[in-house]
Amino acid sequence: MTDPPPAPPASGRGEAVLHLEGVAKRFASPGRGAPAIDALNGVGFTLREGRIMGLVGPDAAGKTTLLRVCAGLVAADAGEVDVFGAPAARLDRGLIGYMPQAGALYAELSVEQNLSLYAKLRGLRRDEWDERIGHLLDLTGLAPFTRRAAGRLSGGMRQKLALACAVVAAPPLMLLDEPSVGVDPLSRREIWRLARDLAGPETAIVWATSVLEDAEQCDEVLVLHEGRREYFGEPAGLAGFAAGRVWSLPVPAAQRRGALRAALEHPATIAGRIEGGEVRLTLRSLADQPPKLALAKASWRERRPQVHDGFAWVLDDGSALRPSTVAAAFPEIAHEADAPPAIEAVGLGKRYGDFTAVHDVSFAVAPGEVFGLLGPNGAGKSTTFRMLCGLARPTSGHGRVAGHDLTTAAAEARQALGYMPQKFSLYADLTVAANLRFVAGAYGLAGACLREAVERAVENLALGEFWRLPAGTLPLGVKQRLALAAAVMHAPGVLFLDEPTSGVDPIVRREFWHHITGIADRGVAVLVTTHFMDEAEMCDRLLLISRAETIAQGTPEELKQQALAVRSAGATLEDAFVALIAAQRERAREAA
Amino acid sequence: MTRPAPSRLGGAMAVMAKEWAQIWRDPSTIGLVLVLPLLLMFLFGSAVSLDTRGTRTGIVDLDRSAASRDLVAAFARNRYFDIEEAPAVAPLERAMLEAGLRGIVVIPDGFGAGLASGRVRDIQVLTDGGQPNTAAFVAGHARGLLANWSAARLGERGAAARPAIELNPRYRYNPGLRSRYTLVPGAIAIVMAMIGTMLTALIIAREYERGTMEGLLATPIPVPLLVAAKLLPYFLLGLAATAVCVGVAIAAYDLPFEGSFGALLAISATFLSAVLGQGLLISAGTRNQFVSTQFALLSGFLPSLLLSGFLFEIESMPQPIQWLTWIVPARYLIPPLQSVFLAGDIPALIWPNAAIMAGFGAFFFWRVTKAIGRTIA
Repeated sequence: MTDPPPAPPASGRGEAVLHLEGVAKRFASPGRGAPAIDALNGVGFTLREGRIMGLVGPDAAGKTTLLRVCAGLVAADAGEVDVFGAPAARLDRGLIGYMPQAGALYAELSVEQNLSLYAKLRGLRRDEWDERIGHLLDLTGLAPFTRRAAGRLSGGMRQKLALACAVVAAPPLMLLDEPSVGVDPLSRREIWRLARDLAGPETAIVWATSVLEDAEQCDEVLVLHEGRREYFGEPAGLAGFAAGRVWSLPVPAAQRRGALRAALEHPATIAGRIEGGEVRLTLRSLADQPPKLALAKASWRERRPQVHDGFAWVLDDGSALRPSTVAAAFPEIAHEADAPPAIEAVGLGKRYGDFTAVHDVSFAVAPGEVFGLLGPNGAGKSTTFRMLCGLARPTSGHGRVAGHDLTTAAAEARQALGYMPQKFSLYADLTVAANLRFVAGAYGLAGACLREAVERAVENLALGEFWRLPAGTLPLGVKQRLALAAAVMHAPGVLFLDEPTSGVDPIVRREFWHHITGIADRGVAVLVTTHFMDEAEMCDRLLLISRAETIAQGTPEELKQQALAVRSAGATLEDAFVALIAAQRERAREAA
Repeated sequence: MTRPAPSRLGGAMAVMAKEWAQIWRDPSTIGLVLVLPLLLMFLFGSAVSLDTRGTRTGIVDLDRSAASRDLVAAFARNRYFDIEEAPAVAPLERAMLEAGLRGIVVIPDGFGAGLASGRVRDIQVLTDGGQPNTAAFVAGHARGLLANWSAARLGERGAAARPAIELNPRYRYNPGLRSRYTLVPGAIAIVMAMIGTMLTALIIAREYERGTMEGLLATPIPVPLLVAAKLLPYFLLGLAATAVCVGVAIAAYDLPFEGSFGALLAISATFLSAVLGQGLLISAGTRNQFVSTQFALLSGFLPSLLLSGFLFEIESMPQPIQWLTWIVPARYLIPPLQSVFLAGDIPALIWPNAAIMAGFGAFFFWRVTKAIGRTIA
């Protein structure tokens, strides 16, 4: 690919808060046979006061290392790092509010204790104390939970608390490492609002993220890839790379996923998604025409590019997605329209003491269907999930998986399903090879069968080069691939994926969904949870859970219609998500 | 851009408050400080004893004279022996193999007659060489008993037979020569070494594992202050554990307390600074709670047990091992601790040892701040 055009110079007035030039950092090899890692390689930029800079890039691009260099937590091997005009080695740490990935919270301490610890550590003055802490508690919505242990907050709340702890002393520079990772769209909006409210007019923010929707909100975007700066400038400039390359085509619901898969396997395509009933593609070259799809009557229309299109173009490695070999390894499951559901939940409920985690949730997933479970953090998605996998016993209702009742035939049900948990749950200190052999053995494979299954998994998910590395040292995207390999090793008829792409970069997410939709088309029923609305668009049907209850169910289009019925929302699925939940909360307030 | 420098002491106080809150929420720490010392003190104080009382010993009287019966009665009266008499050696030998008999005393035929005529016949003592310590005790006590017994018999016949020079030993500081008096202070040292390293082994590794270290290092607090603030609460807990140990020693084991509490505080505080620092260094070096605990247990317990002079006298170790004992903090605690209990404050024992232990503490503290550094990777 050709080099992207030179980035426009960092514009704007105001003092430079951060100034980096030619920064390099190399880390020793993580294990035998692995090369040393160039985390940063000649990175430079200038951030001025009052600006928000989005730091985006695939996994292991060097985002965290760059933030740590700016925070004085990693010493650069080469280059110049000036923070407020002084070298990072002589940095006054009182000037920065640094939020590490996943936050630096003490899970067993209360919200108040965490806040007060960081307030004192960051030197918040006594006379500012009450006002500032009160203000933070109000903004984060944590005021009713000051005595709750941080570990018992929902994911969104935890991120907000971590952010509040990082910026409690109103520092003029905020360095935030993925503050919106793993949170639902509503919480993400709230975290953005929180950051903007906490920042003064002169506060500069660096916002590392793998969610490209975040990047659109920034004043500047720095794209890192393998330690190198690929782009620095305004988001519009990044989107501009894809100008004239973005096309969309309306496709009937039943064929949409197949059409997208075919288009992604076409050599002219570098990215694609389903959006508003259309297949939307980013093409490699201006000369390329969108691939001809036999089934569509309408014709392709050019679209305005967005940041994610430009990002895909900047990081394009020139290859096209191959047909999913993972899916090809599944036997074709014949299914008729009137086949019994592969997953069935009837009035499922779960109570812990007097706390209701899930209340009366019912749905059915047909073979070959991708069913998405959406909802805010802590709404009950994971509990529903665990009940259907046989990992938690429902206190009311019942569930069936592949025809087996979960209460009476849990073992048979478990054998019929593949499960990829939200947290990486393979052995971090075992190698990829040992992990896969263990999983194959656990599913009762042995001898030549076991070897064959492991080889197939390695081949299909391109794990060969990581074969001898301990699973704990793998980049996140590879870890998730390994977890998927483990979940599908016995070619189950039902697949459960709990946030399979949380924290994963857009490139790996595209590859993942290529596998998922391919597997579904073999007749496998897939139940998936996600916080990404572009992924939700790929599902046949969605269930929206909030505060333990179902608040909407239907196809993505139906959900949007339902949202429009309750309030005037925007046209996207994310708007629908936010509107439906806001409507439920309003009803609850009125009832109270 | 200038802003008021944050109060460093305020930050340190906040870290300390946080440590207390964490300790309070985690009952296992309290258990470690209060229950483990009790358990270990009773274990070491009661189960580990170098005294032998009521050792099961067989006796065979082949002579059956008045003198031999008197000797058998002397053995039976002695509290070190629990005597089983048998007519022949064979059944007792079987008992030694199978039933835990520790020794056999054989009085030969003609013992009484020989005694009367002046041609003394030897008494045979058989011991179980598989239990060398006990065997030595049985042999030693039997020899002592025989010496006393024959002296007494000679005495009955007149003062003329007394030996010209008589050794009249007095055991100062431990008149009863009770091994508990010397073992219990040693046990305190070992309990303190174990608890000290375990207390701190987790606390820095935990911060690294949970990612909170990154958050702490990003704040303005200087690393030495951070380490000190984390250390102090555990130092106080360590002193509490020491108090429990000393209380058990005095209340349950009747140890005298001849010295002063000031001296006790000086040596236990400096010793704690060394072992807590050791645990902290392990914690900061491994950055892994599991490895850290294992390593702390091994490095805190084993050298203190084997190389401190608690069980084995340092002077009788091979020279290279003696050099090794110089880096075991417990070796500098046990002598002054014994003196505080048994003999009183001896400045020549207390202050040099306290200075060495404080030196260990300072060294570990410096290494810990280096190991943490100012950066995360």
